[in-house]
Amino acid sequence: MPAEAPLVTRAHDGRRLAIAAANAAALRLGLRPGMPLAHAQAMVPGLAIAPADPAGDAAALADLAAWCLRYAPLTAPAPPDGVWIEAAGSSHLQGGEPALLGDLVARLGRAGLAARAAIADTPGAAWALARHATAPVSIALPGGAADAIALLPIAALRLEPEAVRGLRRLGLDLVGQLVAAPRAPLARRFGQGVLRRLDQALGLAPEPITPVVPPEAVQAALAFPEPLLTAPALRIALDRLVEQVAAGLARAGLGARRLDLVFERVDDRAQLLRIGTARPSRDPRHLARLLAERLETVEPGFGIEAMRLIVALAEPLGAEQSSAALGGAAAAPDLAPLVDRLAARFGEGRVFRLLPVESDVPERSVSRMAAIGSPGMAGWPSNLPRPVRLLMPPQPVEAVSALPDSPPAAFTWRRRRHRVRRADGPERIAGEWWRRDGERRAVRDYWAVEDEAGQRFWLYRRGDGADPATGDLAWFLHGLF
Amino acid sequence: MEQAGRIALLEELRTRVARIERATGAPGRIALPFGLAPIDGTLAEGGLAHGALHEVFGAGLDLGHGAAAALFAAGILARAGGPVLWVSERVDLFAPALASVGLAPERVLHVEAGRSVLLAMEEGLRQPGLAGVVGEVFGRLGLTASRRLQLAAEASGAIAFALRRSRRPDDPALAEPNAAVTRWRIAPLPSPPALAWAPDTPGLGPPRWRLELLRARGGRPGSWIVEACDATGGLALVADLADGPAVPERRRHAG
Repeated sequence: MPAEAPLVTRAHDGRRLAIAAANAAALRLGLRPGMPLAHAQAMVPGLAIAPADPAGDAAALADLAAWCLRYAPLTAPAPPDGVWIEAAGSSHLQGGEPALLGDLVARLGRAGLAARAAIADTPGAAWALARHATAPVSIALPGGAADAIALLPIAALRLEPEAVRGLRRLGLDLVGQLVAAPRAPLARRFGQGVLRRLDQALGLAPEPITPVVPPEAVQAALAFPEPLLTAPALRIALDRLVEQVAAGLARAGLGARRLDLVFERVDDRAQLLRIGTARPSRDPRHLARLLAERLETVEPGFGIEAMRLIVALAEPLGAEQSSAALGGAAAAPDLAPLVDRLAARFGEGRVFRLLPVESDVPERSVSRMAAIGSPGMAGWPSNLPRPVRLLMPPQPVEAVSALPDSPPAAFTWRRRRHRVRRADGPERIAGEWWRRDGERRAVRDYWAVEDEAGQRFWLYRRGDGADPATGDLAWFLHGLF
Repeated sequence: MEQAGRIALLEELRTRVARIERATGAPGRIALPFGLAPIDGTLAEGGLAHGALHEVFGAGLDLGHGAAAALFAAGILARAGGPVLWVSERVDLFAPALASVGLAPERVLHVEAGRSVLLAMEEGLRQPGLAGVVGEVFGRLGLTASRRLQLAAEASGAIAFALRRSRRPDDPALAEPNAAVTRWRIAPLPSPPALAWAPDTPGLGPPRWRLELLRARGGRPGSWIVEACDATGGLALVADLADGPAVPERRRHAG
């Protein structure tokens, strides 16, 4: 069936049949969930109708929530049409919150799911923004949940339709108006439900999320009769969890690549630490150290009543791993533990090697590659001058050269004039038309020049000096030797 | 007279401290010689000490960029062998230049540590097996922080470089005392013609640096004119004295 044909699902609403859900094409035709089916069929002749399958929907939603575990260890289905993701503490692994949401929506889009997403301090505010913000993807600043949802309609607070109608009769259309309204009369008239939803959105009332965990994951949990408050106590619990998980990994012949440690607080909030490893590992000391390094970021609040350690990502690992095996003197030092510690602290994208890539364009000839692994076969030209510091983007300088093939006699950079005493060049680098169309004819002529103080610079001129299509003859400073 | 007596006393104390340090200090604090007798001779260990923190920075415009200083450190680490951790706030290093002085790219692990360069350096120095750790330090390197790095370096035996960078030539942070074992200033110098016998031939010869050892624990300060690192990281003393004699005493007051 073509995706864009109007389609609705039907379900019993009391004694009549009504629309349970409608696709985008049906919505454009004015069909709405809750509309009597007979009415809809009159509006759109030949409307495709499928029976609603609430159990199947719920199962699919749970699967989707489990899939979202790739982003964070704490996800849960939010029926009928949402998924909670506890993004705190793990968004840095995706390169920040905007990147996380962008990736999420893009992947769902490729899977044929039109999704809207939002990140906010509270589940309530995120729910409101995801469904009622104008942009399909929105992020409320930390502490800015109240401001972010103030201009949304009150329906964004997950209120009963009856309560929404009642509030609107009182002239309360927007969340901000509801926040400003006196609470006591509202409670008398609408019961505690409205205020509870409002407080949940603003973070004044707790809202627990029951997470899904992939059933096959190796995990361990500890519940404490007395809530834990101090870092040493958490550290002891952490060590026990890691021991258990390491044993489980050993039995399964696996090593952890990603570990999620969930702290359940007495006030029904959860916090989490997520760490990744450069290489599968089940060394309890190493894993415990990685987690312990981030332990200080956990806020115990009124206490931690339970902790759960989940191996979110595992890879096969042979049985040989033991610290005694590292004693061999000739073996190259194993840097994986260092890489993991640095990645846990600064983020995975911030620990890398700079390895050669096949390209003549200088800034493309270096690529950030995994910190561990074998390098590729590419190399850099060893006989050509290359600066120590590369300025990105190249900085425009004022320079004049007498002839197309001669270096500039002097150039001005940052209001300082440098007289060129010696120069080497030109080294012509042509654009890579197969990467970008605009480079089809672009040319850079590079010069390594030395000023009177002996400082060496890497300059280039855009264009070959003869054909204007190759560049406008502007000079740039691209690096320093 | 009193002045001279004080200096003599200081010298005496210095040698005694050095002797104690050598006796009790890091087991096998060995050194990587430059292979240049005048330089190695002024250093207490006969070369650049392993398991120690060394401070390097550029001069003039290059104080901000630390290009020559980075090459100086890379050349030494290229000869040290083994993996290297290079810590920056934000990487502006162009890796081919490191490769050109013998520090192969697969040997260098880069970390972008933002404001926590010192912390990442210490993390690296606590890791056994690294040949060296380079940290590009903008701003202060206080006594406490540098002592932590020095102790971590002693424990692992790695060569640690604090590559100081500053946009201000008179940055007071650079004058602050710290626990580094040596302190080097690397200043680019005008280079001679590419071809000595044909001075009018265009082109660039090997770059030259003025290498100044401003402070050396247990050693003497000095200043030399060298040809910058070759493809294996080695320096060469400049033979011709066209730019002035490379006699250490001549510039001792500069330190």
